[in-house]
Amino acid sequence: MTDLSVANKTSTPVFDVTAIRRDFPILAQQVNGKPLVYLDNGASAQKPQAVMDAMDRYYREMHSNVHRGAHTLGDRATAAFEGARETVRQFVNAASTREVIWTRGTTEAINLVANGLAPRLKAGDEILVSHMEHHANIVPWQMVAERTGAKVVPIQVTPEGELDLESFDQLLGERTRVLALTHVSNVLGTVNPIASLIQKAKAQSVVTLIDGAQAVPHFQPDVQALDCDFYVFSSHKLFGPTGIGVLYGRAELLEEIPPYQGGGEMIERVSFERTTWNVLPYKFEAGTPAIAEAVGLGAAIEYLNRLDRNAMEAAENALLQRANALIETVPGMEIIGTARNKVPVMSFKIAGLHPSDIGTLLDQQGVAIRTGHHCAMPLMDFYGVPGTARASFAFYNTLEEVETLFTGLQKIQRLFA
Amino acid sequence: MTASKEQFLNNPLGQGTNLEEVLDAFEFLDDWEERYAYIIDLGKQLPAFPDDQRTEQNYVHGCQSQVWLIHHYDDSSGKLFLMIDSDAMIVRGLAAIILVALNAKSPRDLLATDIDELFERLDLFRHISPTRGNGLRAMVGKIRDIAAAEAAA
Repeated sequence: MTDLSVANKTSTPVFDVTAIRRDFPILAQQVNGKPLVYLDNGASAQKPQAVMDAMDRYYREMHSNVHRGAHTLGDRATAAFEGARETVRQFVNAASTREVIWTRGTTEAINLVANGLAPRLKAGDEILVSHMEHHANIVPWQMVAERTGAKVVPIQVTPEGELDLESFDQLLGERTRVLALTHVSNVLGTVNPIASLIQKAKAQSVVTLIDGAQAVPHFQPDVQALDCDFYVFSSHKLFGPTGIGVLYGRAELLEEIPPYQGGGEMIERVSFERTTWNVLPYKFEAGTPAIAEAVGLGAAIEYLNRLDRNAMEAAENALLQRANALIETVPGMEIIGTARNKVPVMSFKIAGLHPSDIGTLLDQQGVAIRTGHHCAMPLMDFYGVPGTARASFAFYNTLEEVETLFTGLQKIQRLFA
Repeated sequence: MTASKEQFLNNPLGQGTNLEEVLDAFEFLDDWEERYAYIIDLGKQLPAFPDDQRTEQNYVHGCQSQVWLIHHYDDSSGKLFLMIDSDAMIVRGLAAIILVALNAKSPRDLLATDIDELFERLDLFRHISPTRGNGLRAMVGKIRDIAAAEAAA
């Protein structure tokens, strides 16, 4: 283990957002002559200095290939890389680092699992997803379904943007082989009651995969308590670098499913007669991995570990409450996704305005949001909109920034009046 | 109903409304609100687009919003007439600017028009995100393809 980690400090009870913002250098800039208000965290979050320092230090002091060199740098790189894996293990509370696989991100992790489960699927089998999934948790399953004759079946969503639990109960049946469900909706912000759904699926021996991409920036999952088979997420939404993500998988299942890609690192022995696979987790990590990125992700989690999680969640909730309170100041504004249990994500439309117009004119005011279909076209169809505007908040956003967003929206409305 | 020849020929953009006028107006607008208010107003000048022409064939891919483009080559004048539609107001305004520059020209004149230089003079790209810039380029690209096909015909 390297000393990249900093010992846990006792966290302050008050969440000092001004101090926190100093940790994120990118936030202190002007865009189009206005102070940047970054509300596109759901697409990708900003990085604390600690992440950049860890990656910089890795390249300056310890870079080498991992698990190979018979030299000191190789040992340092391997220690940093495997140290990051241990940090991730603790973050999701996996039983062992054998169950923590590095991928390029959530999308690759889901593709890996979908392909790995393909040999178990046959015509007539059903893969249960939901109507609120990101395309990354629909398309890989559709591709596997096409190959195997299985069928992808969506659980319905209520108009408020919650999972329709009756629909789930009806659809979870004898033919269901896989339940692939998002923990938190990227469009609606809805936190799904996955624990009870996993339990029901388990009772029928259904394999469960949870897409945690939008959940982990807001709270910590406990994969053992959830008892899911797979839990996947991306580093870049969790304040870490791009290009790396995590597949947690139950060892028993990971042992069973075949490797996803072949190459170096993932093998035990190669000959033209017979090649055997390396042990977990390396069996799924062909080629030289994203070492610096793994180290960066480890640093991001260690940064989060130093924050007061409860205070952070309370601060995020306060952002959402303030936003909700201001909705009525923008006539014709309608929120898409009003679930009872939500992370601070606000999708909306404004009567008479196209989302892309809203996005362009907010950008002129320094406010960054996402507009479009959010890679969730089935959900857009369900709400009958071509797209939405989405403000997604992170713990480093301030109440003043929420107000700037609404002042900006009011200005835009005047422009179109 | 499909677009009639008259609808194409009566499109004021590039005919009644000319480029110098737009460039002059732009010069006097110094903040984003005025600039975009003007762009939005220009968008309101787009002639009504025939409903049945919002087809896959006429769809311009690569834009964030939905954009359709149709054309009519007028044999008697040798000019190419264009109509554009979008569901986003700012895109309509940017389309209007493109039409002011490219509509009702012979295919050869159209192909000889340096649209990048125009955008630079309007200082548009500085204020438009790359994704939106790509949409503009997609529109211009499709128009130039049409002009090239007509010029070769």
